[in-house]
Amino acid sequence: MGYFEMSKLALKWALTKPPTTRYPFEPRKALAGSRGQLVFTKDNCVYCNICAKKCPTGALLVNRAQKKWAIDRLRCITCGYCVEVCPKKSLEMTTSHGSPAVTRDREFH
Amino acid sequence: MPRTVIPFGPQHPVLPEPIHLDLVVEDEKVIEARPSIGFIHRGLEKLAETKDYVEFVYVAERICGICSFIHGQTYCQAIETIMNVQVPPRALYLRTVWGELSRIHSHLLWLGLMADGMGFESLFMHSWRVREKVLNIIEATTGGRVIFGSCKIGGVRRDINAETIKTILKDLDGIEQDLRDITRVFLNDRSVKARLCGIGVLSKQEAWDLGCVGPMLRASGVAQDMRQQGYAAFKDIPVEPITRTEGDSYARCAVRCEELFQSVQIIRQAFAKIPDGEIAVKVTGNPTGETITRTEQPRGEVVYHLKANGTKNLQRFRVRTPTFANLPAMLKVLPGCDLADVPMIVLTIDPCISCTER
Repeated sequence: MGYFEMSKLALKWALTKPPTTRYPFEPRKALAGSRGQLVFTKDNCVYCNICAKKCPTGALLVNRAQKKWAIDRLRCITCGYCVEVCPKKSLEMTTSHGSPAVTRDREFH
Repeated sequence: MPRTVIPFGPQHPVLPEPIHLDLVVEDEKVIEARPSIGFIHRGLEKLAETKDYVEFVYVAERICGICSFIHGQTYCQAIETIMNVQVPPRALYLRTVWGELSRIHSHLLWLGLMADGMGFESLFMHSWRVREKVLNIIEATTGGRVIFGSCKIGGVRRDINAETIKTILKDLDGIEQDLRDITRVFLNDRSVKARLCGIGVLSKQEAWDLGCVGPMLRASGVAQDMRQQGYAAFKDIPVEPITRTEGDSYARCAVRCEELFQSVQIIRQAFAKIPDGEIAVKVTGNPTGETITRTEQPRGEVVYHLKANGTKNLQRFRVRTPTFANLPAMLKVLPGCDLADVPMIVLTIDPCISCTER
């Protein structure tokens, strides 16, 4: 049984810079490979509806007639399954999380 | 002496998740503990009837927020067994690495919570400081901090390249040193020992009879670890169960501390032996059949029962989670303890109620 077992750790960290960042003054850097936010590029899309069919949470909506692609950000779980199945590579997962979603309104593109 | 019933939970500072106990106390001694669970039942097993079996990996991962990866892995293994899918060896090794990283982060989370439960705030923060390093490795390699989303039926979604492996191995050296610093306090400090030694003693026979699993069982002296079955890459990486004989809260803490180092060693071995090649195979068709799959979660053995009838939806999906198996043992050791020791005993089973209630 030991006394002062914590003291070495406490002393070491009393003399070291804090490991935490000063958020929000210092925003967190996104790690390479992180799944942040789904980004849609209109140019390549053929509105095939595969992404909406495969989405496990039903967050995507595709209208071929009107050429509209929509996402409900609060439903999206950023799993990246749509990016995997997209035949035209018009979906991309960015490393940055973007601004937080606050409404249930679909974002139309 | 009059008896009083004190409600413990579902909202309590030591409980990250809701479980309710009615503690019948006589003076300061607990005489009886009556549990009630079911506050966060989500009906995930029923969801298997409406979700496609491929999509269901995402649901399986969300059974638990801490051992998420191994839930997804177990589900994939079960479907692969039914469909006779040969998973590429590289994918098996990657699953092993991520499984062990999730074990390290889960154990560090638990150590932090336990330090917090006994009022040792600085130790709690140090535990979670190290956990953050592990979470960064996980995020860099899988894309998610808690929900990895990297396991799929037939393999894994992402590969780890040689350069990243080198960086991870370097980071692991630092993490191991940090773990040594932290676990020395947990295992030797006088005040920690005063809160843990001789508290909530469970004998070997009782642990076996009550069907305990994981560190709870191993702390009572039964050498049982599902990784010995040789799933994923464990057929090439031998795992020796870490056991203690005391069966008290301190032994459970010590088992988890030692398992941290074991997991670091497993990751090193996996990276040393990892073969090149494909990371996934294409899976077509629908599953037909029934299977039971068992794997070792950070909290103990998890059992998956799957029944499929040739359609894209599963007919039956059932999970026996480790906390559910450990609850009877917790109720066994609570009577006779001091009221002040109840939080410690409840925490040492590493309760994961969202797993238990699914």
